[in-house]
Amino acid sequence: MGYTLDFSVVWHAMPALLWGCAGTLGLALAGMTLAMIIGVAGVAARDSKAAWLRAVVIGFVEIVRNTPFLVQIFFLFFALPLVGLKLNPTVTAIIALGVNGGAYAIEIIRGGVQSIHKGQVEAGYALGLHKGQVFRFIVLKPALRAIYPSLTGQFIMLTLTSSICSAVSAYELTSVAQRIESDTFRSFEVYFSVTFLYLAISWLLMLSFALISHRFLSYPTR
Amino acid sequence: MAPHFGLPEFGFLLRGMQWTVLLTLVAFVGGCTAGLAIALLRTCGHKGVEWFSRIYIGIFQGTPLLLQLFVVYYGLALTGLKLDAFVAVAIGFTVNASAFLGEIWRGAIQAVPLGQTEAAMALGLHYTSRMRDIVLPQAIRISLPATIGYLVQLIKGTSLAAIVGFIELARAGQIVSNQTFQPLLVFGVVGAMYFILCWPLSWWGSRMEARLALASQR
Repeated sequence: MGYTLDFSVVWHAMPALLWGCAGTLGLALAGMTLAMIIGVAGVAARDSKAAWLRAVVIGFVEIVRNTPFLVQIFFLFFALPLVGLKLNPTVTAIIALGVNGGAYAIEIIRGGVQSIHKGQVEAGYALGLHKGQVFRFIVLKPALRAIYPSLTGQFIMLTLTSSICSAVSAYELTSVAQRIESDTFRSFEVYFSVTFLYLAISWLLMLSFALISHRFLSYPTR
Repeated sequence: MAPHFGLPEFGFLLRGMQWTVLLTLVAFVGGCTAGLAIALLRTCGHKGVEWFSRIYIGIFQGTPLLLQLFVVYYGLALTGLKLDAFVAVAIGFTVNASAFLGEIWRGAIQAVPLGQTEAAMALGLHYTSRMRDIVLPQAIRISLPATIGYLVQLIKGTSLAAIVGFIELARAGQIVSNQTFQPLLVFGVVGAMYFILCWPLSWWGSRMEARLALASQR
């Protein structure tokens, strides 16, 4: 029995799929924001004087980086209600993405902060800059520039990882695709097309990050 | 009355873990072979071929692993071949691994100083010997930390086979969790089992990275 490919179902479902893309981007953006908050707080705690706090952060990073995201999201899905947080799947997914991305963000941001030499800060004060200026021009901007490629790469990774959130039926592109698939039984056509929607999303993100970097972070260093 | 999480359930998880390890090994060995080919194509010097391999790598790095798995899984079903679920997901992970390892080794090959290639050419070595005896042995050393890093990614990635229904560690966890109604305990144990697989590799990889960084400082 021959099988004829029929992509018209995908075309008919395009509006729903585009909303799914928006859902994916929203999920990734919210997750990344949470990840950055965890990242900055984690870096501060990672270099604190309290040994137990440092141990907690190191343990958190190692556990998150050495277990699959799927297991993490299942764990949170069942754990959050136990601590009294009855959340819808999409919010659970954002928390899971934030926790996962946060562990990677801690390592990335820490590398950026360590890349600023103490002498540069001292040189800034010697030139008569005040505290805010030193932070803005000598610490923040070069640190941002140093971690920008890894951080934006992490953002794209998080966007792709968010497809796994369909496992708890959060609202995003893959779960929209699964719904269309179960309505039409055109599994291959739907997933093949959705794969290219993801490719378009990551290319779009890469392009925008390159433009931002060109506009704000390109200046001569010597 | 639902069974409690006990030895039989743990045994079921252990059998799932065996499938996780087997799936990882098959995909890694297959991915190494195909990845080497991709890396060599990517650095061969022929514009068209390099462009093709670049697109190949770009597609796999720019799309979610889960969707790649879906496409391979349902695509193979369309060809009419009656493939075992294990074979289908193993093929999916292998093509993914070939793209990622290909890109890692592309970087490593290009990181070997050009003088090495030039010296080999001046000695009259042809391409095969130049790659096999001069460039690749050095490139493999450079690429080891990243390769081990990808291996950890792969172990974690095989959990996605659970979503297409293949029973490995994560899927076994789902099944046991549904039977015992103890999701926190079960997924905690499953997470710990993945950690036991991944953490020694991560540790080994970062130690090697530190050693290589020291060596390049000298």
